[in-house]
This record gives sequence, structure tokens and C-alpha cells, in this order.
Amino acid sequence: MKPPARHRGRDDSRACAEDRRRFLQRAGALTLGFYLAPAACLKANIAAAQSAAAASEALESGPAVFAPNAFVRIGTDGSVTVIAKYLEMGQGVFTGLATLLAEELDADWNDVLVEGAPADVTRYSNTALNMQGTGDSTSMASAYQQMRQAGATARAMLVSAAARQWGVPAEAISVSNGVVSHLASGHRTRFGLLTTTAAQLPVPATVTLKDPSQFKLIGNPWVLRKDARSKTRGSAFFTQDLKLPGMLVAVAAHPQRFGANVRSFDATAARAIAGVVDVVQFAGGAHHFGGVAVLAANTWIAQRGRDALMIQWDESQAAHADTDRILARYRQLAQATATPALSAPPAAAVPAPAPATPAPTPAAVPAASAVAPATPAQIAAAPPAAGSTPAGTLSPPAATPPAATPPPPPVLLGRSVGDVGVLQSQDVQRVEALYEVPYLAHAAMEPMNALVQLTDGGVSLWNGEQLQTADQVTIGKLLGIAAERVQITQLYAGGSFGRRGNPHADYLQEAVSIAQSAAAAGHRVPIKLVWMREDDMRAGYYRPAFVHAISAGLDARGTLVAWRQRSVGQSVLADSPFASQISAGVDPSSIEGSAQPYDIPNVRIELVSPTDVGVPVQWWRAAGHAHTAFATECMIDELATAAGVDPYPFRRALLAAQPRALAVLDLAASRAGWGSPLQAVGPRDRRGRGIALHDTFGTCVAQVAEVTVSPDGHLRVDRVVCAVDCGTPINPNVITAQIQGAIAYGLAAALHQAVTLVDGVVQQGNFDGFAPLRMSQMPAIEVFIVPSREPPTGAGDPGTPPVAPAVVNAVFDATGQRIRRLPIGAQLAPI
Amino acid sequence: MPTFMVNDRPVSVDVPDEMPLLWVLRDELGLTGTKYGCGRSLCGACTVTLDGMPVRACVTPAAAAEGKSVVTIEAMEDDKIGAAVQDAWLRLDVSQCGYCQPGQIISAVALLRVNPQPSDADIDAALNGNVCRCGTYTRIRAAIHEAARALAL
Repeated sequence: MKPPARHRGRDDSRACAEDRRRFLQRAGALTLGFYLAPAACLKANIAAAQSAAAASEALESGPAVFAPNAFVRIGTDGSVTVIAKYLEMGQGVFTGLATLLAEELDADWNDVLVEGAPADVTRYSNTALNMQGTGDSTSMASAYQQMRQAGATARAMLVSAAARQWGVPAEAISVSNGVVSHLASGHRTRFGLLTTTAAQLPVPATVTLKDPSQFKLIGNPWVLRKDARSKTRGSAFFTQDLKLPGMLVAVAAHPQRFGANVRSFDATAARAIAGVVDVVQFAGGAHHFGGVAVLAANTWIAQRGRDALMIQWDESQAAHADTDRILARYRQLAQATATPALSAPPAAAVPAPAPATPAPTPAAVPAASAVAPATPAQIAAAPPAAGSTPAGTLSPPAATPPAATPPPPPVLLGRSVGDVGVLQSQDVQRVEALYEVPYLAHAAMEPMNALVQLTDGGVSLWNGEQLQTADQVTIGKLLGIAAERVQITQLYAGGSFGRRGNPHADYLQEAVSIAQSAAAAGHRVPIKLVWMREDDMRAGYYRPAFVHAISAGLDARGTLVAWRQRSVGQSVLADSPFASQISAGVDPSSIEGSAQPYDIPNVRIELVSPTDVGVPVQWWRAAGHAHTAFATECMIDELATAAGVDPYPFRRALLAAQPRALAVLDLAASRAGWGSPLQAVGPRDRRGRGIALHDTFGTCVAQVAEVTVSPDGHLRVDRVVCAVDCGTPINPNVITAQIQGAIAYGLAAALHQAVTLVDGVVQQGNFDGFAPLRMSQMPAIEVFIVPSREPPTGAGDPGTPPVAPAVVNAVFDATGQRIRRLPIGAQLAPI
Repeated sequence: MPTFMVNDRPVSVDVPDEMPLLWVLRDELGLTGTKYGCGRSLCGACTVTLDGMPVRACVTPAAAAEGKSVVTIEAMEDDKIGAAVQDAWLRLDVSQCGYCQPGQIISAVALLRVNPQPSDADIDAALNGNVCRCGTYTRIRAAIHEAARALAL
């Protein structure tokens, strides 16, 4: 069958004001084949400088614009502007939101534009998060009804307007592909000519949505992204690209260790550099750096100035976190269970012995009674994971001084089903292992940055903004103003993977703090904070390192009957504006996904959340799922081996009550040719296939990885076959891309990424030490989307968690070697 | 005061000779399609061509462009191969966050200029220095093949 003509946007979306080119064309200013900045760039930037609302008004012609709700505006020229409340960071959300609205509006997809919404929780709240913000793959699920209703409402009013203009009954009017028509009378028009009348009509209280069988855009694989054109031309606007009149770029010196403060500095050499406008010290806070910033019109000049600063740091409050010691301590905490200590993993997989560690002496290990089935009273008595933070510069709970023995953090009960006491039964075959994952940087292509303009009694921010409501509150507190006085203009984000949704608004606070210092020094101008790559990578807020100790049991028939897990790692939510989600001390994001989605009669998930580590942490792509899926899916594979059953049917047997997960697993296995022989590559190359399944935020993904391990232990991932059930697929084209990208993102981490600290100093600074996946390492990826009419769930995160376990399970299949510690790195034994 | 051509226009910029071309383009000339990603020639987001050869603008001093011709993403649609590559990029919906794509496109165009029918291995070799954290590599590869086919017609 010949595919239909692809729907492509006539124009692009804009994150805030406009794609520069289109803005200038509309404004009649110039045509931009080429331009040298001053005139053209200034105009575009001035436009971008307006608040999103003001800018959009400036762009639309006249008062006849029809805007029946907060999500759509139809111009007299027929353009349909969808206002997107979520951040476009690559995941395709602008396109998804527009698809939903345009579907019910029956708009011509080529007439649809997308614009980022301003920060306004009253209109643009994420109903799944109860605030304005983008994350946890909630966008499509939370907007599915809302955006469709917004489109249907606009459609109903356009139909009423046509009925009034033509004097015909509304019921006899049809709308298709942006054309409103009345068959009997031959009347026919596009949206633009109806807007004036429609704008005067009452907004209907109820509208009827389409039956899915009528969908034309939703589920259509030929609907393409709205932001593709500007991103292909290089005209898409990121924060990095914004330049406002009089703006100064700030490049800041941060301390080497979290928690250090400026004692004194000498800026003589920096000031001597031509182009350096000023040097200002800025205050830090509990969750953002203080330091010294160099201001210049040119980023490189500012960076040179920063590099020329001579700073004496006060390290009396500095953290001396050391990842080897942290992980050694976590291992001990994870294994100090009420049951007999976990046996060490086989020699090949034993994590590297840690250097001398101050971690718990036997006396400091919690007594068995403290972790025996916790009573509600015990849980209630457990101190919350959130600790108060001492004042200082980006100093989450102070690091453990090397000489002291830290008090053991409490063991919390995360989840309990049945009784894992069966693990002690003589009839149960126990399988035990320890899995560990490192700290990870997000390393988005666009390092963090933000543009700040202090105003009278308020502040305007320009940012690829992921957590509007929380950031308004945080910045409002910093400035001592109401949150509503914090205006935020949405821009595209050059990736985020969670980083721009920092729960403490770390880089925004830093930018505002620098702007305050600059204003005090007489520079009350827009300030753009630019983190260089090294600043970004060394700024903390990493995916927390975790150790998971799992003891699971098989009965005499090889059925999985019990699963006991203790997870040790820092809480992301603790001490953040989201700490209210912590229940009885348990940060749900630390344990989400553990032992799931399988039917296991006895499960006990325990959590230890150390608060004295001294490394700032936050969510990363797929949040907790990225590490819990690794532990869970590796252990399931080990259990299958212990039971003497192929890992695919072993999983099937545990999914009797999970038909959707089972279907996803079956789809991946069948498409991958599970069980068929793998073709040999080189004579001594070892090949293997591994499978993994995980449900992340309601989207179930199964992956089968095929790997080749060369005689020298080099690992190559050749192919990943992936099945995904995300409910109603809204944009199959975007979903496929998200899954491909999520696999690449997770694979980079699985293969070779870790942030390490030695005596408080982050050891990686750029893409050499923290290596991204490169083109030559990209496996062949096949994505299969389960057809579904269930409510939609997300696609941005769920592709990441299964890839690491699928790959290490394939490594086991190829070599017989279990990898229990990420990254895989050089752990594979040569032959 | 380095003087060179940018997208077929002569420019003369009053900057230190050692200022990287990246920041001349972005902060002095307003050509912000060329991106900063690493500053050390590790990611390729700043790729432009200098007399037709792809270079990393973040480590290319302005003085190295003296008398030469710099072409950036902003001029790609005026180039036959550039336009074909951009068109393939749109047909296959390559971009995700989009930040690295100008550099990817410049590298792809430079490849097709010297190798009109590249193999997967040729593409891997030519674009291995261009990092995409969103993982658009599958579609980049496909789009380069697509552009090569279109140009061969």
C-alpha cells in the first residue's frame, strides 16, 4: 500500500516568541539568507524578550483572533497556534500536544503552529504532577483529554459561527482538514474567516470527543514533528542563543568541592583581559553554588576571565565525598540483613575491593531486630530521609569526615507482600546477588544556562523550563518576592533528561544570584549565565549511585516464591520541594519498579537512604526505574538460570496476571527470533542474546539485545529489538524515535559512564571522561508499538531502563559471565 | 582583525586572533545555529566548514580563518547537497532536541561532498565525532543514505 502523503508543518513551532526567520518574515523586516547580528538578531531577540503572551500578541494580527481557551488561538489568516504547557526538550511533546488538539479541531496539520506556554499554574498545571512541570513521562497521559477538549471546543464554536453566517443548522456542517463546509448549500470556508464571529460566541459547556475509530492524526505514523524545520535550519532558539539588548554573559568560577565558599579572590588578571566588563562575587545557598562570575559581552571573553581568576576557597564546610568509599559503605549497609549475610557474588563479578573504608564497623550495623518485620511504630519512629541542610554553598548534608564513623541510617520498609520468611525454608533454593550502579551526569548537549532580567519588584527568566511552579517558588523565595512575580519565558531545551527539572532550581538560583550581584555593581542588565561543559558536568545533581542486595527463592518446581531486596542510595526527593511525597521516610522514587511487574507471592523491599553522603543528586532519565530495572531484570535472569529454565518462558510464567506486559514480552521475543541460532561473526567471537522487561510510569517495554564479545573482552551491542505498550500511540513516529534514543542513552550509561569523586573532587569534566554513545556504537534498533486503545502513557523515559539488563543478560548468554556492576567497562574477561 | 568570508559574505571582526571561530560566529556575528557543546573538539556541535573542510569551530582560532571561506548551517539550504540533506532530515524527522543537528548536518554534507554514496561504515567514520545525546543516530544514518539517493537522481 502506498503511504499517504506525509503531513508536514508549513511552519515550525516556536518555543517562545518565534523561529527567527518566520518572525522576521512576518514582521516584514528582512529575509534572512544571511545576516550579521546587530540589526536582525536584535529584532528577533527583542521579540523573544517579551513575555510569551506579549510576544504572541505582537505576532498576531488584530483583535479578531479567536482564543476560546488557554490552549489554542486561531488567527484570521487561519493559523492554528497550539499553546504547549510542557517543555520541548527533544521528546516531541510540542508535536504530541498539537496532534491531540488538531485532531478534535479537524485542523489542517499544515496550519498548526506550536508555542511554549508561560509559567502560569492556574492555566497550565500538569494534572498528574499537580503543578506546572514536565516529567515522569506524564505529558500525553495528563493532556489527552484536556487538549482534545480544547480542540473540540474550538471546533464547536467555529461550526456555530458558520451556522450563524450561513443561516444553516449547525448539525449539517462538517469540518475536515481545516475546511468547514455545508454540503446542501455549497458553503465552504477555512477557519480564518470564521474567527471574528466565533470569538463572540459563548464557550460551550460540554463537547463530544471523537471515537478513536475516527482519528486521523492520532496514531498516524506520517504526522511529523512541528519543531523539525527550525532545528534542521539552525534557527531554533535555545537559551544559549538568546541575546538581549545590553545583555552580559556570566561565566562563573565554582568551588572544586561541594560546600566550599569564596574566602578571597584576586581578579586583577581577569580584569586585564580586554572585553571583561566586571567581576562579581555572588552568594551561594544550600542548593546552589556561590562563587565569582566574570561578565562580558562575549562568552569566550567571560570564560577567559573566569579562568584567570585567583580564588582562595574556604573549604571548612566542604564535602570530601569519595565514590569508592560511598559504594563500599553501601555494600555493607545493603548486606546487613536480618537473614544470614548475602553470599558474595562469584569472583568474576565481585565489585572491585574498596580502599580502606571508614564505613560501618560491625557494631554500627543495624541490629537484626531493627530490620525484622518492621512494625508501624518502628516505621513511624524512623527519622525522615529528609534532613535539614546546613547553610553553605551547595552543601547537601555535610559529607562524612573521613575519620568519623557515621551513624547507621535506618532501614525503612518500602513495600511488603506476604512473608519472605519462606526464604529460610529448606525447600527453597536461594539466589543472592548484589547489584550496583554509579552516579551519572545527565550531560545534555546544551549545558545548563539561564537568562535573567531583574525588574522592579520582580524578575524575568528565559529558560528551557521544566518545573515552572517549583522554580517560581524557589526564585521568589530567593528574591523575597511573590512566586507570581517570577515570569518565565519558555525556550527549547537542548536536552535535559531531567537536569533542567532540578528540584532546587540550582542553576536558576545561581543565575539570579549573579544578576543580583551584577545589579549591585551597577549592571542592571539582562544576565545570561552560561555553564561551560566542565561546569555542567561537575555541578552535581547526579543520578544517585545505588546498591541493591537481592535474595530470592525458588520452590521445588522452580517457581519464584519470594523476593527480598534492600536498596541503598540517596533520596532525590529529600529536602526538596517534593519531599511531601516521602512517606514514612521512604522516597518512592528510590524503589519504584523493584521486583515488578511480576507476580511474586512474597516480596519485601527495604530502603536505606543515607543523608550524609555529600553528593547532590536528582532524577535522571526514567528516575528510579533506571536502576531498579537493572537489579530486577538481572536477578530474574539469574533465577531462570538457577531454575534451569530459558529466561523468556521463565518471565512469561510470572506474568499470568499481567496480560499487557506478557504481550509486550512476547512481541519482543518473537520479533527478535528468540531461540533461533545467532550467526557467528568471527571464529572466536562469542555471541549472545538477552531479554529484559520493565514497566516505567505505566509504559511497558521489552527489549532483546544481541551482543558480540570479542576474544579480548570487547563488547559490541549489535541489535536491540524493542516492543512497547504505551496505550493509545499518539505519534508513532515520535514514539519510535524516543525509544531509539532512550536505548542509546541507557546504553551509553551501561557501557561506560560513571561520575566518580575522589576526596570530594569530581573526576570527569567533559565528553572524554564521561563518554556519550557515538554513531559507530549505535546498534541496529527495531521498535514495535503494540496497537492499543487504552489511555496513552509516556514514551520519553521507558525505553531506557530495560537496555542495561538486556545487554548484561546477553553478555551472560555469550560468555557465562554475570555483570552486576555498571558500567560494564572493562569487566569482561578475555579468552 | 581577522578577515574572512562567512556564507559568501566578507566579514572583518575586531576580536583577538585566538578567539575561537565558534564565539566569533555566535557572539559577534549572531550566527547562533553553530552550537557550543564541549569547547574541546569532543562533540561536533560546532562543526562548520572552512574552505569546504569540516572543522570544529570551538578549537579553530579566528586567525585560522583569515582569507578563507566559512560556511555555517545558516547557509546550508543554499547549497545543493546541504538542501538535499536538510530535506532528508525533514522527511525522516531526525531531530529531537535539535541542539547537535546543525553540526551533524554540516558533517553529513561534508561527507557527501567527497563520498556521494557512503556505506554505513563510511557514515560512522565521518560522523563519529558528532555526539547526539538524544540518540538520533539511527535516523541520521538513514537520512544520509536518503540524501545520497536523492542527489544521485
